[in-house]
This record gives sequence, structure tokens and C-alpha cells, in this order.
Amino acid sequence: MKKIVQIQNLGMKYQSLNGEINALTKINLDIHEGEFVSIVGPSGCGKSTLLSIISGLIKPTEGRVLVDGETVSGTSRKIGYMLQKDHLFEWRTIQGNIRLGLEIQKNITPDTKAYMEHLLQTYGLFEFRHKYPSQLSGGMRQRAALIRTLVTNPQILLLDEAFSALDYQTRLAVNEDIYSIIKKENKTAIMVTHDIAESISMADRVVVLSRRPGTIKEIYSIEIDIEERTPLSSREAPEFQFYFQEIWKELDVHV
Amino acid sequence: MSNTKLELTPGPATSPEHEAFLRSVRMEKIKVRVTQILILVIAFGLWEICAQLRIVDPFITSQPSRVIQTIFTLHQEGVLFHHIAVTCVETIIGFLLGTILGTIIAVFLWWSEFISKVAEPYLVILNSLPKIALGPIFIVWIGAGPAAIIVMTLAISLIVTILEVLNGFIAIDKEKIKLVHIFGGSKTQVLRKVLLPASFPTIVNALKINVGLSWVGVIVGEFLVSKAGLGYLIVYGGQVFRLDLVMTSVFILGIAAAVMYQGVVLFEKIVVKNPK
Repeated sequence: MKKIVQIQNLGMKYQSLNGEINALTKINLDIHEGEFVSIVGPSGCGKSTLLSIISGLIKPTEGRVLVDGETVSGTSRKIGYMLQKDHLFEWRTIQGNIRLGLEIQKNITPDTKAYMEHLLQTYGLFEFRHKYPSQLSGGMRQRAALIRTLVTNPQILLLDEAFSALDYQTRLAVNEDIYSIIKKENKTAIMVTHDIAESISMADRVVVLSRRPGTIKEIYSIEIDIEERTPLSSREAPEFQFYFQEIWKELDVHV
Repeated sequence: MSNTKLELTPGPATSPEHEAFLRSVRMEKIKVRVTQILILVIAFGLWEICAQLRIVDPFITSQPSRVIQTIFTLHQEGVLFHHIAVTCVETIIGFLLGTILGTIIAVFLWWSEFISKVAEPYLVILNSLPKIALGPIFIVWIGAGPAAIIVMTLAISLIVTILEVLNGFIAIDKEKIKLVHIFGGSKTQVLRKVLLPASFPTIVNALKINVGLSWVGVIVGEFLVSKAGLGYLIVYGGQVFRLDLVMTSVFILGIAAAVMYQGVVLFEKIVVKNPK
């Protein structure tokens, strides 16, 4: 399979008045097209920094990231990014929110409009397109946020703790929802989370980062033997506990 | 956002207990309103009676009947609405200019962190300086006329607006701005798509504050230079010892200020609370 993201010898140092913070060091990782990779690690290990570098929002101090064979040097339309909260603009309708990316990229054409309508229809938001975000449930808002990202047609989706603002039940449902959308639209996904169960349930591979400076400690290929795998069915699989134990040990959490 | 307001309007009663509750809420409302009106009536009544019985000297205190008389006289002379209009126009220009210019300057300060850092001590000093002290300077520089009055008004409301709107900009969730950058947006797009629409309620709020401040600016300005307007009538009345004229002007001023404030509140309701 094609390597869509290549992270090569990546390092990141932040400068502050109190000194230098070594956030990431010597990260090497290849991500294949269509793959779902989740990244877990102790808090403050630079997980979100890694996503920001892949997205081109910040420049690494060492090494480089290649997307589709090209070095990342700024934000790119190939990459969509989902943040911790949905950040739907409360002064815009759902449709207005969803077209935000297209507006910014000055890419409102009959084609993109049709695609937007198609996404709204397929994912059950069409009837709500004229509603305001405050009139939607948390799960629907998250779905609207995903469609806002998908409508610009990125090849790679970055999810930065994208579900952590939701309560547990909603979160499970949204995991299921978003996972099926990502698979259906055939996107490559890189998800940062601090939730081990969530990472295993959704990912093809789980990357464990070490404490700061963050570097790759271990990569687990999640092989769960179910047809039509979904996050919920993965959670019920016998292999799930095994991976959970392994990653838990690897993370070496102390209270 | 608007839901909390809606819940306050009583719906149809759903049970006897609910009906009793709604009735008690209505009674409470009526009690408050009646008391408010009573206070007004008693205050004006006492004032009138005390003046009629010469307990107080109406030459010094004026009295409600004379205020009404003065309003009629001014109207007959054909100058009543002229004075009101002059003051109102000056105020409206003042608070609109203050809000618009303040917002524009706030945008500049947000745009360049360097300018913002440089400007900070100056803003602090200008904010704490009593702007009325600048009155004579404006008169000398601009000349005694409506322009000086409007500049006076602007001086009072501008700095407050800048600080208020700038704080609104700073309070906007950084992640919303990040969202625009992720889509490859420029700083202008951040301004247009996030900053201004998100700060719209703040700007309208600044407008509300500025209505009050502009009245101060206009009246002070009129005290200093004018030949017409309610402030002019107040100063003139004081100088020639016609307290009737002073009281009348203050009375009209109160009503005009209240009407204008309510106008802005209504505007806020239309544009902020119910988008589209």
C-alpha cells in the first residue's frame, strides 16, 4: 500500500523564557493510505504537537514530514483536522458552518455544493441544515464538525482528542458514527487520544509515545478477527483486553 | 442563547398548581409596576404641593406645573424640538462614531501585537484621564461649534470602546481561529469569518455603554460652547436664574436618554438575539 504520510526523524523544541522544552524527538513513522492510526501517550508528551506539525500549522525544528511524497511546509487541502470541541460557529446555521472551509478556500462551485448536499443527506443532517448549532445534540454537532472537514475533501484526517468533550455514552455512539463515516469515505486517519480503549477500538495501529521528549516507544498492530469491524464490536472482541493490558503496561501510568 | 429568555414568558397553565404559580408571578409583576408609578406620582405630587404652599421656594426648586408650562412656552416659541434635535443628533453622531472608530482601532491593535504593546501605556493613561479636561483644548483647536461637541463626545467614548472590543477579540476561543488557519485561511479571513461576527454582541454592548457616555460628552460640550441644545438651555437657565428652564431641560433630557437607550436595546434584540 502507498505510504501517504512519512514522518522522518522528527523533532520539536519550544523556546520559552524559562528555557527550552524538548517536546518531540526522533520520531519515525510511515502511515499507509486508508489506515487508521491512533497515537496514545502520557499527557504532555507532545501528541497534539505531532498533529499540528503533520497539518503544517507549526514547523518542526528537526526532521520533516512528507504527505503524498511532498514535504509539508504549510497547511494543505490534503489534510483535514478535527479539534477537541466541535467549534461550530453559533452565529452560523449548520449549513453555514459546513461551508466554512469551502468559503475560506474560495472553492464554492456547483460540484462542491452538490458534494456538501450529498454529505448532509447521507449523514442525516439535511433536515437540520438551517438550524443553529445550539439546537443540535452533542453527537450531531460532532458529526456536523466532521462533515465541515470532509466537505473540503481531504485525504487525511487528523483527530485531536476529537471526542473528549463528549460524555461517555455519546462518545461511544459518536466513535461508532465517525468511524463508519471515515471508512465509508475511505480516508486515512490519525487520531490522538488519551483513552486507551478508544485507541484500540478504532485503530489499525496504535502508536505509544513516551514521556517528554515524546518518541515512539512501541507500535501495536491491532488484529481483531471480526468481519465488519466497528469500534463497539472491537471492544467486545477477546483480543481487546490483551491489547489493553499491553498498552496500559507500556504507558506505565503512575498516579 | 435565546432559550433562557423564552422560558421567562409564561406558557399556558398545565395544572392548578402551575396556574397558581403563574398568578403569583403576575401579581408580583403588577406590584412592582404599581409601586414604581406610585413613587413617581408621590414625588411629583409632593414637589408640586410643597411649591404651591411655599414650603419650598419655586423660584429655586421650580415645580411640575411650571415645567409643563415651560414645555408649552418653548413649543409655542417653536424652539423646543430644535433644541432636542440638536442634542440628539450630536449624541447619535457621537456614539456611532465612537463605536465605529473604536472598533476599527481595536482591529488594528489586534492585528499587530507590536502596535498593541506600544499603545498599552498610552491607552491606560488616556482611559484614566478625565476627558472633560480636554474640552478647552478641543474648543481652541476645532472652534466653538457642534464639531467640538462631537469630538468631546468621541473623546469620552472612544477609549472605552477600544478596550471593550479588544478584550472581546482576545476572549475569543483560540481554537476557532485555529480552525480558520487549518483550512488555509489568512489573517483577513480570521477577522472576517471569526473575529467580527463573534464580537458582534460585544460591539453592540459597547454601543449601549456609548449611548450613556455620549450624553455626558454632548452635555458637557454644550455647557462649554453651544448656542442650541438641551445642555445649552440648562446652562443658560442657570445663568439667568430660570430654574424652570433648567428643570424642564433635565426632564426632557431624561426622557430622550431613556428612549435612545431603549432604541439600542431593541436594536440589540433584533440583530443579536435573533440572528436572521
